Amino acid sequence: MVTVNNLHKKFNQNQVLKGVKLSIEEGKTTAILGPNGSGKTTLVKIILGMVLPNQGDVIFNNENIKNSWSYRKEIDYLPQIANFPANIKVQELINMIKDLRNKPARDKELIEYFNLGNYLNESLGNLSGGYKQKVNLLLTFMFDSPFIILDEPTSGLDPISLIRLKEFIKQEQAKGKTIIVTSHVMNFVEEVASHVIFILDGKVYFDGSLNSLKEQNKNVDLEHAIANILKENNV
Amino acid sequence: MFKILKYSFYDLARSRWSYVYFLFYLLLSSVLLFLNNDLSKAIITLMNVVLILVPLIGTIFGVMYYYNSQEFTTLLLAQPIKRSNVFLGQYLGVACSLSISLILGLGIPFMLYGLLQSTAIFNFLILLVVATFLTFIFSALAYNIALSNQNKIKGFGYAILLWLFMAVIYDGIVLISLVLLQEYPLEGLSLTAMLVNPIDLARTLIILKLDISALLGYTGAVFKSFFGTSQGFFMSFLLLFVWVILPIIRIFVVSRKKDF
Amino acid sequence: MSICRYLSFSIFCFVIQFAMAETINICATGCDFQSIQVAIDSAKSGDTLFIKKGVYKEFDITIYKKSLYISGETGTVIDVENKGYGFRVEATDISLKNITIKNILMSYTKEYAAVFLFKSYDFLLENITIEGAFFGILVQKSKNGKISNNVISGEGTSEANSGNAIHLWHSEHIKIENNKVFMMRDGIYLEFGNFCEINNNLSENNMRYGLHFMFSNNNSYTANVFNKNGAGVAVMFSKQIQMTRNTFKNNWGPTSYGLLLKEINDADIKHNIFENNTIGVNADGTNRINFTENNFFNNGYAVKVLGACYTNTYTKNNFLYNTFNLSYSGSLNSNTFSENYWSNYSGYDLNKDGIGDVPYRPVKLYSYLVNKTPEAIVLLRSLFIDIVDFSEKVSPVFTPENLIDDKPLMKKVIW
Repeated sequence: MVTVNNLHKKFNQNQVLKGVKLSIEEGKTTAILGPNGSGKTTLVKIILGMVLPNQGDVIFNNENIKNSWSYRKEIDYLPQIANFPANIKVQELINMIKDLRNKPARDKELIEYFNLGNYLNESLGNLSGGYKQKVNLLLTFMFDSPFIILDEPTSGLDPISLIRLKEFIKQEQAKGKTIIVTSHVMNFVEEVASHVIFILDGKVYFDGSLNSLKEQNKNVDLEHAIANILKENNV
Repeated sequence: MFKILKYSFYDLARSRWSYVYFLFYLLLSSVLLFLNNDLSKAIITLMNVVLILVPLIGTIFGVMYYYNSQEFTTLLLAQPIKRSNVFLGQYLGVACSLSISLILGLGIPFMLYGLLQSTAIFNFLILLVVATFLTFIFSALAYNIALSNQNKIKGFGYAILLWLFMAVIYDGIVLISLVLLQEYPLEGLSLTAMLVNPIDLARTLIILKLDISALLGYTGAVFKSFFGTSQGFFMSFLLLFVWVILPIIRIFVVSRKKDF
Repeated sequence: MSICRYLSFSIFCFVIQFAMAETINICATGCDFQSIQVAIDSAKSGDTLFIKKGVYKEFDITIYKKSLYISGETGTVIDVENKGYGFRVEATDISLKNITIKNILMSYTKEYAAVFLFKSYDFLLENITIEGAFFGILVQKSKNGKISNNVISGEGTSEANSGNAIHLWHSEHIKIENNKVFMMRDGIYLEFGNFCEINNNLSENNMRYGLHFMFSNNNSYTANVFNKNGAGVAVMFSKQIQMTRNTFKNNWGPTSYGLLLKEINDADIKHNIFENNTIGVNADGTNRINFTENNFFNNGYAVKVLGACYTNTYTKNNFLYNTFNLSYSGSLNSNTFSENYWSNYSGYDLNKDGIGDVPYRPVKLYSYLVNKTPEAIVLLRSLFIDIVDFSEKVSPVFTPENLIDDKPLMKKVIW
């Protein structure tokens, strides 16, 4: 569904991506892993067209995304930091995003699912971090698009909401959606992802299924498998 | 774009600062009218304040709004919307809400005072139009500064510097060069200098309507032929318009190339 | 007894005169005469000529050494048809009243006037309407006259092809009152005119000056209005002029003044209003002039003092909302400013005696700069200029140190 060819990106002196090449298969959930500053978020943002690569292409549904914006109609994106205009109320924000995308949305259902009913008339500035993340999730999943990108979805969530989120992701997977997720929480990744891409220093060090990663490194859990890759490469 | 404009505008319309700004102008013009008891004098004093404050508030507010809504902008950029529309919409939202605070804040007391029956209405309208232009110009410049500076502190610093330059330093440079070059014919130079800086242009436009006696008395043919005619008047407005358009074009260009 | 004799003699003389003097009627048909000139020629001193209504196409109507009292009625018009003068008079004890005179010849070499008086004494010119004047009333080498209630206007388009409405040359003791003069070169012009009184006239839209004195001494002008002239009043090379209760307004333009003073001594300027002029008063080479209780309102410059001015006093004047209150060249030269009201004075009065405790400096650094570099006017009312003026106020460097009003008033002077 998404193919990335030879992506290079440099921020000032800092070479973040050095020839990333990967492909995301349709219908699968792919986790992009890597230490801080390895280029995960940059990669995701390039796919979304928010960051422009110095070199290389992103092909989305057989179409180069360069200078195009309409392909984003197919994507739901959960940004890492959820910060909204302080003066707008939750309901208004939902209405606004609906208005902007101009597409049927399942907001009612999700409001119930994430328990936001009592907060609809709160200003976003008054919400706690956890609730903001919930609103963030709601806005992301509202449109039922076939392609979902989740950047650190677990941050700030209480345990119950986390469980709900996982359940929700499972539901979406069952519908056959393609999902990209970045996270630091390895057991979360283990639970939701079937495919893993490991990025280090702007290069792809592993691209394969979760099981093959574990097998290759003879480890039972993901954390140790990752640690193993790091060791092998003398980082 | 109009949807973004709409929401930015709503957002700002409910912000405390818009009300502070509105109330400030309301108070200012009420007090001036009360103290001066003379529309023309009140307009002159108002002009002094407006020419300094509108650019300052425009730049600060523009920069502030950009930085404050950065994350939200990121959210918008992930939506299927054209990039330039996001920024243009936000910019217009800022500029419009500031302008409306200004127009209402200044307009209401003057209305109540009986402006409509007065001959000063034309001068007052020019003041409002010019102030609105300045709002649009300086919030556009502020957006440019913010777009080019990821660092908030730097952005604010440049914004203040820009204002300081346009409002004060520029005139100082002009004055010094006029004094130094006084042996040469200076009409063209001084005229051009006034046309280049939007604050000076705005000031000249208003002064020509108010202090015309002093100006015409002291300046030669070039000024008279330029400002004395409606052609020069329209030319000045055209230049103000150019001052709005150029930064907007840059917003387009920069936002297209920028990473978020 | 002697009084009785004197009285009876007077009555006798009066009766004689009455018996001799006649009233001559002039009209197109059925009167004594059809032509004014013919009537004048056949009249004798002391006669009254009554010109009935109608249009008389005559020019250069000459009265020579005859005392006549000429009057018309509503609708009495003399159309000169651009052929020369209206009346040419050289006579004593003469009056001309209630006539309209039109279309005077324009010339670049000769001063054609609607009414030209030469060596005439004891004259009265009243209720004369002059339209399309080149010169209106031209008075030379005459004395003891009165010019009142006349309306004089021209159609000239430049200073060169228009003349003055009322023009005195080498004349004395003449009263000019209640006239309305407009669209001429000068409204009223005195050259070598002494002991004249000019009161209650309205002079407007004249190309050069509303009122103009040249080498004319001991004159006064009171309660006149000068509106929209090239310059309101110009007083040049003259002495002892009293200027009282006049209004100088709307004289706008690159060389426009309310009142232009050049080389004049010993004058009093009191209770005048200077409003909306590019320059209210322009003083150049003036000595011993007292400006007292005048209002300067809304002018570009209220007062502009050029060089060679000595011992002038400015007292109890109101300076209200002028762009610049004062522009000054050279050193103070014993001129004084005291007890004036300045609308932009920002001092305080702690002892409540109505006089500000901090002296006022009427000259701003900016007006000094504009004097040197006129183009700097483009920076008028900018923040930078305010800062410059403020710092100069705190520590004066460029403006004359002692040029201050040490007793600025806290309240407007009422007079």
